[in-house]
Amino acid sequence: MWDYSEKVQDHFFNPRNAGAVAQANATGDVGSLSCGDALRLTLKVNPETDIIEDAGFQTFGCGSAVASSSALTEMVKGMTVDDALKISNQDIADYLDGLPPEKMHCSVMGREALQAAVANYRGEEWKDDHEEGALICKCFAVDAVLIEETIRANNLSTVEEVTFYTKAGGGCSACFEGIEEILNKVMLERDEEEVVAPSPEPVKPAKAPLTNLQRMRRIEHTLEAIRPQLQADRGDIELVEVDFDKKIAFVNLSGACSGCQMAAATLGGVQQRVMEDLGEFIRVLPATEMGKF
Amino acid sequence: MSEGIYLDNNATTMVSPEVVQAMLPYFTEQFGNPSSIHQFGNKVGLAIKAARKQVQKLLGAEHDSEIVFTSCGTESDSTAILSALKAQPERKEIITTVVEHPAILTLCENLEKDGYTVHYLKVDGKGRLDLDEYAKLLTDNVAIVSAMWANNESGTYFPVVEMAEMANAAGIMFHTDAVQAVGKIPMSLKDTKIDMLSVSGHKLHAPKGIGVLYLRRGTRFRPLLRGGHQERGRRAGTENAASIVALGKAAEMALEHMEHENICVRAMRDRLKEGLLAAIPNCFVTGDPDNCLPNTLNIAFEYIEGEAILLMLNKQGIAASSGSACTSGSLEPSHVMRAMGIPYTAAHGTIRFSLSRYNNMPEIEKVIAVVPPIIAQLRKLSPYWDAANNVPVEEPEKAFAPAYA
Repeated sequence: MWDYSEKVQDHFFNPRNAGAVAQANATGDVGSLSCGDALRLTLKVNPETDIIEDAGFQTFGCGSAVASSSALTEMVKGMTVDDALKISNQDIADYLDGLPPEKMHCSVMGREALQAAVANYRGEEWKDDHEEGALICKCFAVDAVLIEETIRANNLSTVEEVTFYTKAGGGCSACFEGIEEILNKVMLERDEEEVVAPSPEPVKPAKAPLTNLQRMRRIEHTLEAIRPQLQADRGDIELVEVDFDKKIAFVNLSGACSGCQMAAATLGGVQQRVMEDLGEFIRVLPATEMGKF
Repeated sequence: MSEGIYLDNNATTMVSPEVVQAMLPYFTEQFGNPSSIHQFGNKVGLAIKAARKQVQKLLGAEHDSEIVFTSCGTESDSTAILSALKAQPERKEIITTVVEHPAILTLCENLEKDGYTVHYLKVDGKGRLDLDEYAKLLTDNVAIVSAMWANNESGTYFPVVEMAEMANAAGIMFHTDAVQAVGKIPMSLKDTKIDMLSVSGHKLHAPKGIGVLYLRRGTRFRPLLRGGHQERGRRAGTENAASIVALGKAAEMALEHMEHENICVRAMRDRLKEGLLAAIPNCFVTGDPDNCLPNTLNIAFEYIEGEAILLMLNKQGIAASSGSACTSGSLEPSHVMRAMGIPYTAAHGTIRFSLSRYNNMPEIEKVIAVVPPIIAQLRKLSPYWDAANNVPVEEPEKAFAPAYA
C-alpha cells in the first residue's frame, strides 16, 4: 500500500465538495475510463466578480485522485478565476502534505481539470499538452511518451542526455534500463547502433573564454547542426538575436515547429545543446519574447 | 489469526503456528551446516531430508531426489526456463501464456531481447487457453513450454497435465509455475509428463524466502547457481535449513487439510460470491467459475477503481488485493484482466478475495456486510454513476466526454 499522508487519507475518507455543484457555470472534464483516472470539476463562478463561489468534484480513480480532487475544490473556493489558474499541481500536492511520486499525475489531473473548467467558463477551447504513458522515472514522474518524444525531437542518443532533457533517471537510477529500452527503440528506427550503458562521466563543457563574436558563431554552428532534424519534421529554426548581458538567445521556430505542442520541449532541447557547446548558461527563447526583457 | 480479516492469501499466507514451532530450533540449537560431517551438521541434514520427503509426498513425486530447494518461486521459474535453454542450445523458442506471473513474463521479455522467440498463448474471456493453437506451436524449435497451473488473479486452471503430455509427445520439456495450486489441489506428478514445477513456500503457510523446483529424474538440467555440491550440485549455496524444515511441515499440513479445506474454504468462497453478487449491482465474477482454485474469488466492480476500494476495506480491517493499475503505479489495469478482455469500465475495479483455512464464516459474513456500502459510497463520487437511481449514467463514456481522450 502507498505511504499516504494523513491529509491525503483525510481527504479520501472524508472528501470535501463531492458531487456536482448546483447551477454550475464551469465544467472541466479530464481523464478517461481507459486511463483509470477521470475527474469532472464543476464550479459556480460569480460573473460580476469572477470569484469561484462553489466547487464540486466527481472522480473515478484511486485514493490520491479523490484526495487531490477534494483538495483542489477546497483551494479554489473564494478565489478569483485568475488566481485559481495560478495553482500548480505541486501546490495541490503540497496542500495534501505531499503525494507519492508515482501518484503525482493525480495532482496534474486536478490542475488540468481546473484549466478545462476555466476555459469552459470563458467560452474557450481547452487542449491539454499532457499525454499519459507508462511511468518510467518514478522519482521525477516522467512517462514513456515524454521520454520518447524528447529523444526524437532532440536526436538524443545516451541515457545521460535523456536525464539532462527530461530529468528522468536523475534520481535513484532504477529506471536506466527502461530509458535505455526507449532509446534503443528510437535509435533502431533511426538505424543507429544500440546504446550500451550510460557514461558515468558527465559531459564537460568547453572552458576557454570566448569573445561575443565567437560565442555567436558557436551558437549559429549548433543551430545549424540541429536544423536538419527539425527540417526532417518539416520545421526549422533561425537565430534572431543574442543578448549576452542577459544570457538569452532569441530564435524563430518556423514551419511545423511553430505552434507545435512540443515547441517548449524542442526549445528546451535546443537550449541544452547550445549550453553544452557553448560551455556556459544561456536561455533560448522565441523571438516573440524579445520585447519582454 | 491477527486482528482483521485477511483475504489476500494468493499474495502470501500466514505462517502456521505449527510451522513456526517446527522451524524455531533451526535458529537456535540446530545451527549446524548440513554439509558438515559432524553431529551438528548431520542433524540438520537429516531434517532437510525429512522435509524433502514431505514435499515429495505433497507433490506426488516418484523420488525425493526430484525435489530441489530454492529461494522462491521466481528462482524456480528462472532456473527451469534458463536450464532448458542452456541444455538445448539449438532450440530458440519458448511457449508460454499471456497471463503468466511476472516471474515468467519479465524473464521471457528479456529473453526476447537476447534473440529467443517467445510464443504467448492467448486466453478467452474466462481465462482459458485454446489447445488447438497450442498444438500448432509444438515444433522442434521449442526448448520449453511454461504454463501456470492456476492463475493467481482469476484462479482459472490451465490443463497442464494434458499440455505436458502434448509437449512430451512432441519431445519438448514442460514446466509449470504451480505456486498457486500446490497445497490446494491434489497432485501426483509421477503420473504426469510434467518435467519441472515451481513451488513457493509462502503461498502455503511456510515463510517467505523458500521455494522448490521439482525436477523429474532424467530431465536435462543446467544449474542457475553453481558452486558447492548442495542439492546434488543442482542449486549451490548453503541450505536455508530453518525454512526448508518449515516448508516440509507446511507441505505435510497441506496434505492433511486439503480435502477438508476444499470443502470448507470453497463453501466460504461461494458464500462470499453469492452474498456480494446479490447485494451489489453492476459487478461480476471474472475467470472460469467451474474450473478454478477453491479459495479465489475475483470480482469486477464497475465504474470505480480498485485502490480506492482497498483503502476503504483496509479501514474496516479487511485485506484483499486489486488488479487495478493504481496499486502498481502504472496506468494499465492488470495484464490478466486485459488479456481476458474485461472492459476498462470494470478492469480498473477488480478485487481479488483469496481465502485460506484460517478464515471462518463470521468473517465472510462481515465482508458481505461491509463491501456493498463501500461500493455505493465510491460510486457516489464517480462521474460514471447516477447516484440518484443507483445505475450507471447512460452511455457513460459519452456522458463524460473530456476535452481530450
